[in-house]
Amino acid sequence: MTTTTIPASSGFGESVRRLRIGPYLFVVALGLIVFVAIGPQQFVNALTIGAIYALIAIGYTMVYGIIELINFAHGDVFMVGAFASMFVLTSVLGQEPNSSADSAPQAVFLIVTTFLIVMPVMGLLGVAIERFAYRPLRNAPRLAPLITAIGISFILQNIIQIIFGPSPVNTPQVIPPTAKIQIGDVSIGVVNIFVISVSVGLMIVLQLFVSRTRLGRAMRSTAQDREAAQLMGVDINRTIALTFFIGSALAGAAGIVQGFYFGAITFNLGFQAGLKAFTAAVLGGIGNIAGAALGGFIIGFVEVTAAAYGLFVWGQALVFAVLIIVLVFRPSGLLGQQLGERA
Amino acid sequence: MTAQVNGARASTSQSGGGWRLRLSDFSDRHRSTTVIAGMALTGLLLPLVVLLPPFNGFSNQNVWLDGFTIAGIYVLLALGLNIVVGLSGLLDLGYAAFFAIGSYTFAFAASSFTGLNFPFWPMLLVGAITAAIFGILLGAPTLRLRGDYLAIVTLGFGEIVPIVILNSSKYTEGPNGIGGINPPELAGFVFPTVGNPWPFYIMMLALITICMILIYRLQDSRLGRSWMAIREDELAAAANGVNTVTTKLLAFALGASTAGLAGVFASSKLTLVSPNLFRFDVSFTVLAMVVLGGMGNIWGVAIGAFIVFLTQTVILKQLNVFFGNLGVPFLSDIDFLQYQFLLYGIALVAMMLLRPEGLFPSRRRRRELHTEEDVEFGEHGDPLGESPE
Repeated sequence: MTTTTIPASSGFGESVRRLRIGPYLFVVALGLIVFVAIGPQQFVNALTIGAIYALIAIGYTMVYGIIELINFAHGDVFMVGAFASMFVLTSVLGQEPNSSADSAPQAVFLIVTTFLIVMPVMGLLGVAIERFAYRPLRNAPRLAPLITAIGISFILQNIIQIIFGPSPVNTPQVIPPTAKIQIGDVSIGVVNIFVISVSVGLMIVLQLFVSRTRLGRAMRSTAQDREAAQLMGVDINRTIALTFFIGSALAGAAGIVQGFYFGAITFNLGFQAGLKAFTAAVLGGIGNIAGAALGGFIIGFVEVTAAAYGLFVWGQALVFAVLIIVLVFRPSGLLGQQLGERA
Repeated sequence: MTAQVNGARASTSQSGGGWRLRLSDFSDRHRSTTVIAGMALTGLLLPLVVLLPPFNGFSNQNVWLDGFTIAGIYVLLALGLNIVVGLSGLLDLGYAAFFAIGSYTFAFAASSFTGLNFPFWPMLLVGAITAAIFGILLGAPTLRLRGDYLAIVTLGFGEIVPIVILNSSKYTEGPNGIGGINPPELAGFVFPTVGNPWPFYIMMLALITICMILIYRLQDSRLGRSWMAIREDELAAAANGVNTVTTKLLAFALGASTAGLAGVFASSKLTLVSPNLFRFDVSFTVLAMVVLGGMGNIWGVAIGAFIVFLTQTVILKQLNVFFGNLGVPFLSDIDFLQYQFLLYGIALVAMMLLRPEGLFPSRRRRRELHTEEDVEFGEHGDPLGESPE
């Protein structure tokens, strides 16, 4: 981030460094390799899963960026989002589990309604968690909010388990899994395209919000220096609550598309997804929203490639190995600042 | 240091009374004797207490002692995690992984599965060292960074270890686990795994006593003071010449080795290890024990672990039986065991918000966690007790 004077030589490497497009090129190159290695069909799956991880990872990275807390409960907010979406679709909108919408207009109606209900509700859940579990401990030793975070994570998991039971619950797959679009000799599921475009769309909106609006500027300034931001008239508490709202709403969106895509959800879904999404956030450079998105796609590539080579059960272990390798060799991540050992 | 202790003692004498002062004075000067006496007393009282009603109504003495032995495993785990979380202020969320490593080390070294028959006693150490090595391997890259990374990396590690065990069935028998693990043997006497619970019970008491003494000594040593300095302010500790990375790594490795030791004991007691004994639930339970007992306070953590374990195995079950017998339609349908982890979660959050120093706080920890609000100023002089006596 330090803008040292860059010599005016006009090599390709120089322009890469100046525009900071190196990490993006890396991800594109990785994507190409993966594309060749696993074929277009699986590649689309990797992008889909990666998009879901990216949505979750953004919440981790935003919260970490602004209050330097690993929000362990975030993965479980995602899980609650998946269950809330299932609940809205079945109990409020009267869909059967494992059923699909009959017509395109109905599908659009169901999707829009679900997003409009679930995202704000999850956002409020995030705000409530922040208000009751993290805010009172903002000036406590670092250990305290981490412990409440893991406690909240367990509370959410167990509440869902008690309500919906320990076994997988079927969700309505509003977009029929059989609906495909034929491109050449590759058929791509409509649901894949839906998941990817919703995720990317939300990320673009978020990026614009953070970089262009007044509230976004307040968020960035709070992340940079909380006291200074306060002195400049930023309402810190409201800004942090807003961060939680946005992050949790995005996790809720990820939960909705998770249900659409996989058709079944379990109460402990959030634990592993949260771990992977956090790895994605670290990989991209924690605190950096674009980095979290990149990291999410990389994790998707890693996982689907492992599965394509018959290593499905090792996917989790591989992602963990990625986390350790990143922490050893590049703890600042792809796009992050130098973090080092700050007290 | 001395001034602090004296100050705290002075305030104890005002609120408590002469005998408390003398007792705490004695226990400060003769830590090991106190631990031995305390553990001997506990070890004698527990078997007697369970003969009295209502405890004898739940199950007979042998079953109780067996339960206490298992509780002892959790006490050991909590003592070890306390080094990491309580003394050094690092959050280890994958503690069960080290427990698993210790268990499987012994399962490989002495069971009918591998056909090896290494003796139990040296394996206690080997298990501890193996776990410590894994702790160092995991901690070395992570502890250079901010403390939060350790939490997530250990969380991942705790998740991975059971997965690896589960999926390498060729070496670990996968989900079935390894059975036929040798019980300990002492001078020709083979510890009975069923029937007579006394040998394991006594050995458990001895192990806890030794670990407590060692941890107390560590806490009072230069290393222990460095841990607490890091916990309170890492930057200040580093500025005062504490090598923070090595010190944190030692805490992490020693915590892991305690879990390894507990693992060796557990596998020989249960004669069976399987990956689902080491799920995240275990790490979480042990963390709840440490937080409830009072991070940093060795006795408090041990008592906290014991109480949590009893809650889990006895009280919730008895509530089920009680409400089942009562026949109240709503309450008898509730399976209280199902709420166990919900309760732990609520307990963790509530403790952090309301009483972060735990149920049995250590004096120093209490002072630290209540820096701003309610340290008693005024009549006892300044909060750090540095006023002259």
